[in-house]
Amino acid sequence: MSEEFDRKVVIPGEELGEGIASYNAYEEGGKVFSRVVGLSEKRGNAFLVIPLSGVYNPKKGDGVIGKISEVSFSKWVVDINSPYQSVLPLNEAVEEFVDLTKTDLTKFFNYGDMVFAEITSVSKNKNIQLSMHDRKCRKLREGRLIKVVPAKVPRIIGKNGSMVEMIKKLTGTQIVVGQNGIVWIKGENEVVATEAILTVERMSQSHGLTDYIKNMLEDKLGVKSEDIIQEGEKYGEERDAL
Amino acid sequence: MEKNGTRFDGRKHDELRPMEAKVGVLKNADGSAMFRLGNTYAIAGVYGPREVHPKHDENAGKAILRVRYNMAAFSTKERSRPGPSRRSQEISMVTQQALSSVVFLEEFPKAAIDVFIEVIEADASTRCVGLNAAALALADAGIPMKGLVSSCSAGKVNGSVVLDVAGEEDTEGELDLPVAYYPKKDTITLLQMDGLTDRKEMRKIIELAISGCKKISEVQQKALMEKYAGGSNDRA
Repeated sequence: MSEEFDRKVVIPGEELGEGIASYNAYEEGGKVFSRVVGLSEKRGNAFLVIPLSGVYNPKKGDGVIGKISEVSFSKWVVDINSPYQSVLPLNEAVEEFVDLTKTDLTKFFNYGDMVFAEITSVSKNKNIQLSMHDRKCRKLREGRLIKVVPAKVPRIIGKNGSMVEMIKKLTGTQIVVGQNGIVWIKGENEVVATEAILTVERMSQSHGLTDYIKNMLEDKLGVKSEDIIQEGEKYGEERDAL
Repeated sequence: MEKNGTRFDGRKHDELRPMEAKVGVLKNADGSAMFRLGNTYAIAGVYGPREVHPKHDENAGKAILRVRYNMAAFSTKERSRPGPSRRSQEISMVTQQALSSVVFLEEFPKAAIDVFIEVIEADASTRCVGLNAAALALADAGIPMKGLVSSCSAGKVNGSVVLDVAGEEDTEGELDLPVAYYPKKDTITLLQMDGLTDRKEMRKIIELAISGCKKISEVQQKALMEKYAGGSNDRA
């Protein structure tokens, strides 16, 4: 996380200064106020607040992990841990031709299956469309799922994915982070990786967290990070959500 | 009010009872808080924004805010009959109105925000204490809002105007006037009155209540900062 900005914890209604109101801020009488509890930041003459809590509000382009909650004739309804349901149409999920008169859609995804998909559109009245055409999108088999506060997902991913990449390498697990606060972990050291991610969530506001987690994992697993990194990009194919 | 200017419990006329506030007291709620004012103690939990059930209640343009105020059966000296009453329904409604004027409901169309206020111990001003806890819980849940709402009551006991009517004053006093106040805009979002007064005196009572709300607002801000800024400076 960049340290160039002067970040400060603010609460709703706190005055940020004079300028333009950006994310999670509002303007009234020429002054900008915060709308949520979060970290305030100034970019140019715009003020924005990075929230520290709250449910997931879907955004176009987000990679999310969802649970198939309904299978209908030509689409799936996916629960994405937000106030709104999302729809995954058949043509956005499957590449091949499917004869709907002969095929049961549960052949691809059944009730309760977990998928990693991308949000392609969010309409004004919150109709959400998903797509799985992107290479990173797939069905998630086995492994375990944990829920974190969606506002803390950027910290778990880290700058350019540094945090999650480090955890993946050290524990040798596969990890997929959904922007909606659901994290999928699979591998031998699942328990350790889970603990690491929950620690990141809990201590998300402290400095030097990547190094702290690195030390914690090295202690737990009894390995040196340098040895593993030289072993090569064994799990390079697994990609994290962006 | 006794002759030497102190009240039944020894407070000055413009003094609030001791306060305590804590954010994040319930594990399963999206946001929660407790607020204590003397012997009045309330816990609030916020769930959502989440899907609306029943479906016909939903509003395509904005979120709906639902508030349930409830007094625990053991909160009063005599056991009170559990369940909703005419009184608790009224308080739920005025609390909902007081809060909805500060929450950005347009942000979550078709969703519901549920606020549950549970009064654990009651000793006057329960609606004010419940509202204070609810405002904190909403902020804790990360729901966008214009600012915190603070609330307290003022009234008249034995002919003198006092802040935060409590205990014996509540039963013996002539007037009780709860106020919810939104400091940023200098706006009153809840105003009720039980008793009789004239215009001049009422103005005086409202002003006294607002001064109390400002003090409560400081306690609320401190409680929020304690949870969210507490860990910001320690290095891992």
